[in-house]
Amino acid sequence: MSPTQWDLPPELCCRPMAFVALTGLDVVYNAVHRAIWDAFCANRRADRVPISFKVLPGDHEYPKCRTKRTSYEWYIPKGILKTGWMNKHLNLVPALVVLFYELDWDDAQWKEKQSECATKVEIVRTSLQGRNTKVAVVLIQKKTPLPPGEDVVASERAAALCNACDLSGKSLFVLPHTDHLVGYIIRLENAFYEHAQTYYYNEIRRVKSHKEFLNKTTHQLLFVRHQFKTGFFSELKQDTQNALKHYRSAYGLIHELRAHETNMLEIKTLAGFINYKICRLCFQHNTPLDAIAQFRKHIDLCKKKLGSGDLAFEHTAWMSKQFQSFGDLFDEAIKLGLTAIQTQNPGFYYQQAACYAQERKQQASQFCSHEPNVTYPLPDPLETLSGVLDFYGQRAWRQGHQSIDPPDPDREKQGVLALQMKERSVQHSELIIALLSNAVAQFKKYKCPRMKSHLMVQMGEEYFHAKEYTKALKLLDYVMCDYRTERWWSLLTSILGTALKCSYLTGHVKDYITYSMELVGRASTLREDQKSRIEKNLIRVLMNEVPEEEPNCDAGSVRAAQGLWGERLTLAAGNEFTIEVQDCVPFIQCKARFLSPSFHVDEPVQLHVYLRADCPHPVRFAKLGVSLSNQEYNQYCLVEEACKVKDILEPSSQENMCLVPGKTRKYCFKFVAKTEDVGRKIEITHVDLMLGVESGRCVYLNWRGGGGDAASAHEALQASRSFKRRTRLPGQQLEWDTVSVQASTMVISRVPRISVQLRHEPPALTNEMYCMTITIQSEEDTVARDVCLTAGLKPGQDANLTQTTHVTLDSSEGCDDAHPALLTDIVVGDLQPGQKMEKKLYVRCVNTGSRIFLFHVSYAISSTVEGKDIACKCHKVRDETVTIDTVVPFEVAVKFVSTKFEHLERVYVDVPFLLMVDILSASPWPVHLVDSQIQLASNMAAVDLPQSQVAAVVLQTGECASECFSLKCPPVQNGTSTVAAGHYLISWKRCVHPLTCQPLLIIVTVPVVLPLSHPLPPRTSELPSFGRVRESLPVWYHIENRTGMVQEVDVSVEPSDAFMFSGLKQVRMRILPGSVQEMVYNFYPLMAGYQNLPLLNVSVLRLPSIPSQLLQRFLPTRIFIKVRPPLHQHEPFLTLCYVMHYIHTGC
Amino acid sequence: MSVITADLRNYPLYIRSVPTQNELKFHYTVHTSLDVVEEKVSAVGKALPDQRELYLGLLYPTEDYKVYGYVTNSKVKFVIVVDSSNTSLRDNEIRSMFRKLHSSFTDVMCNPFYNPGDTIQSKSFDSIVSAMMVQSS
Repeated sequence: MSPTQWDLPPELCCRPMAFVALTGLDVVYNAVHRAIWDAFCANRRADRVPISFKVLPGDHEYPKCRTKRTSYEWYIPKGILKTGWMNKHLNLVPALVVLFYELDWDDAQWKEKQSECATKVEIVRTSLQGRNTKVAVVLIQKKTPLPPGEDVVASERAAALCNACDLSGKSLFVLPHTDHLVGYIIRLENAFYEHAQTYYYNEIRRVKSHKEFLNKTTHQLLFVRHQFKTGFFSELKQDTQNALKHYRSAYGLIHELRAHETNMLEIKTLAGFINYKICRLCFQHNTPLDAIAQFRKHIDLCKKKLGSGDLAFEHTAWMSKQFQSFGDLFDEAIKLGLTAIQTQNPGFYYQQAACYAQERKQQASQFCSHEPNVTYPLPDPLETLSGVLDFYGQRAWRQGHQSIDPPDPDREKQGVLALQMKERSVQHSELIIALLSNAVAQFKKYKCPRMKSHLMVQMGEEYFHAKEYTKALKLLDYVMCDYRTERWWSLLTSILGTALKCSYLTGHVKDYITYSMELVGRASTLREDQKSRIEKNLIRVLMNEVPEEEPNCDAGSVRAAQGLWGERLTLAAGNEFTIEVQDCVPFIQCKARFLSPSFHVDEPVQLHVYLRADCPHPVRFAKLGVSLSNQEYNQYCLVEEACKVKDILEPSSQENMCLVPGKTRKYCFKFVAKTEDVGRKIEITHVDLMLGVESGRCVYLNWRGGGGDAASAHEALQASRSFKRRTRLPGQQLEWDTVSVQASTMVISRVPRISVQLRHEPPALTNEMYCMTITIQSEEDTVARDVCLTAGLKPGQDANLTQTTHVTLDSSEGCDDAHPALLTDIVVGDLQPGQKMEKKLYVRCVNTGSRIFLFHVSYAISSTVEGKDIACKCHKVRDETVTIDTVVPFEVAVKFVSTKFEHLERVYVDVPFLLMVDILSASPWPVHLVDSQIQLASNMAAVDLPQSQVAAVVLQTGECASECFSLKCPPVQNGTSTVAAGHYLISWKRCVHPLTCQPLLIIVTVPVVLPLSHPLPPRTSELPSFGRVRESLPVWYHIENRTGMVQEVDVSVEPSDAFMFSGLKQVRMRILPGSVQEMVYNFYPLMAGYQNLPLLNVSVLRLPSIPSQLLQRFLPTRIFIKVRPPLHQHEPFLTLCYVMHYIHTGC
Repeated sequence: MSVITADLRNYPLYIRSVPTQNELKFHYTVHTSLDVVEEKVSAVGKALPDQRELYLGLLYPTEDYKVYGYVTNSKVKFVIVVDSSNTSLRDNEIRSMFRKLHSSFTDVMCNPFYNPGDTIQSKSFDSIVSAMMVQSS
């Protein structure tokens, strides 16, 4: 028996296909035959009929057919199914034998060839004596055949040949050897397939026909056999539905068999076969649920059929195989497109198979552990004459035996012993591991991470049993973290236990230490005594000694391990280990914290490290060091005290370096931060704890950051949620949970002791030199050196503001665009304690808006911290930055009016007009107008000397000052349309400003004018400023012709009630070009007060476009008439009149 | 038979099994069953979170045990493992056991001295579980 006796036979697992034998083909030497054969076997895709072809020689001996039984009356079957039967029908007995023969219809030697062919057919027939196998003949012809019925010779000769060979016409084929070989071949094989179908159909009928001879008492086995055979033939016939039906009934029948110890194996074997067939067909029919149901039924039925107690491992081996093969079938179906789900996938079957394999291993070790003097029985009871069994699932030493009791108890015993001895040599672990890894692959696919981990643990344990400790360690180490992150400590402890054994047996010191530390620690669920044992071993390892062996280990491996550990001792190097703690839960916990999230540079940085051991015995460590982001401080954060051997073995709990279980120990460190670290973060990169001795073996526990291992995050969270009363423990002791980690701190600059005050009067006015007084007063005890002031516009505001704000310290010079917006590091000098200093800052804002200003004082000061002199820099930023609004001091409006204060839209050449300026104060402060001035452009002339009328005026908020200038526009050259009038300048300052302050200048551009020339401007001359009642008032009117032509002018004077007058009332006259016509009127006022003058109408006949109103505009319309003074009174009569200096009429 | 309670992150809150000699195997079985629970919860969570049935039913088939699951709305998981040979426990019985467990767990959570996330050490919870174990054996 091979060790794989439980494997299903290959002929069972393959897909049965009709077997067709091809004879008469010489595939070695004949190229044509070779091509035909290739066409048959190449490219057998799914679209071609399922036939398995075989080339056999013409005189091949087919298996002999036994003589047909005529009666079953005395027949007692020896077993259910012969071992050779399936193979016989798959590969030995063809459904059809095809004879290939080269013969053309018009062959010269037709007769001879025909008889040769007939002989060959006869040989085949003889060889197939008794079988129903069909015979067919294929003629290989060189010529392309004519269409049927046309070739008379052909049909004649075909008939003759059929006759000679005793063939039906349907069994004779012609294969023209031409271009379309593959096409012909496909047609041929379809015809063969039909013949094969008929053959298998007949076989099925033949098998069924036996049924009537059978009786239920003696022929039970045959019922099963016949049903199986029918099913198998149906499969060969590709009738899978019927095959399934027959297999199902075979399966039902097999469980009706009388089962006892002697035939149990046979029944199970066959049940397994039939079950396999059924499941396979169900998957093929895409009814996976049927397959699963069948399998479950199968398992439920067979689970209890244990068979012989001494061979219990056979049952589990068989069960394991059942699950495995179902898993394989399932997996295959998935590859062909079936979709599996998380809870129903092949993994479960592989897992169960592995489970049975484990059970088998256990039973094997139970039943097969014979005394060493027991030898393998001779002669070998498992040997058979033919080397194979006749029937599936029978015992070699009693083949064909079907009664309940074994024929020979001694032989039976020998046989059982032989089987047990065989079982001993089976590599169970290999089988289990293979099944487990199959299952792992499946569970990985179907999203079962925990199941996968579990199976990997099993694999690791199996490797451990198989003494492959390194592999075991690798697997266990891989899955450990999954259990650790989910905090399943019971499972983790069990895995760690196995891993510890593996690392002990392989002499992996580092792993050994790591696992021990975790097993001793708080995550382990071991009992105290176990922990204590492990801790003692750990201490031995730290002392560079050989640890005691782990329990339940293979004795041989332990000896080897002791050797390994012994070698380790002699090694000088490689005795230093660093264990990264964040991936495990070691027995020492660590928390480091800075006492404050920030420290001023002039106070010492304080750091506490808390340690706590969870192991059963006190531990002594040699060194504790904290590494900080700036490594220069590391030297201050170190506790070191080399251990003596005695210290490690018997640590005294009083000692500083000794950790007593359950007690928290605190180590304080203190250092002075460097001034260059001001503004930087100091972080704890890691905390290192050294166990052991440097000269021997030492282990560094490395906590990243401020401590904490794989379990501490959750613990910290739980502690923070907890409201347990935090009782103050006696003495220096601390409750561990109350300690929180603070892994970083900031070094910040010293608190400045200096005051900065600001004095100013907002808002600022545009363009003014806005003064801000900064007072700096030192409150330090020592000299503040290198005091620097930074003042100005706060950076980071609108970029426009930077360009429109200028800052200077010097008020005497103006502040222009060249000045910056921010003055940095203005050197102020040293400040003695208590000294006060003032600085003035002038700000010029070009435009309005609000601006944020910044005032910042920095200085250096020496200080002593912890006996160390440090020079620290202090910075004082004035608490709030200052926001200053800027407003315009006043609004200036400029407009043109006529001499009669009428609004002017245009200006006439040579006609005087007025420039009117209104200054409205918008400043909240009184504004002093120092002076005003008009700067006229070249083509504009003042009528008289313009003089400021608002100089030295002080404007309060909302007040308005006005002045006006009389201007005239001289004639312009042709072509210029507009004329720039010039600028109006105001110089001003704040009233409160000291005298030194320069007045500021506002320049207003006077709008552009559009001068027009007037052809005939009339004007008066020498009109007095007033007249008197009943006193003659002569008025001269002049009309000038500025045109180049003689102008005819109508002049008339309208009468007025207030005046009598003499002169030309109405006249028409001509004025020569360039000449002036003078007209004189003598008015005689009749009434006092403002009186309208008699209206002078002037109309130019040639230029009707000039209306007389336009001409009148230039003439005065009113005059003030005084009452005549009484004769006795010589003083002039005072009248209230508002004299404006611009009523100077005329030139 | 074994009962476990695991919290949102699958940390075990309560584990108890009878008989105790094969405890580790139970623990593994229960732990692996969380795969199915997680998958079922996430699949349902996508569809209709409000109308989720808390009882998940039989989680997956094994030869020896039947594993049943139950998930509360706050994603606390209960798993009950019973021997497959035990035919006295039908779906309805299991369901009512879960309900009892749930209500007892709610009581535990209502205890102001219980810190959510800690393992359950409540005597009344213990006795409920013990009663169920007696009933099922």
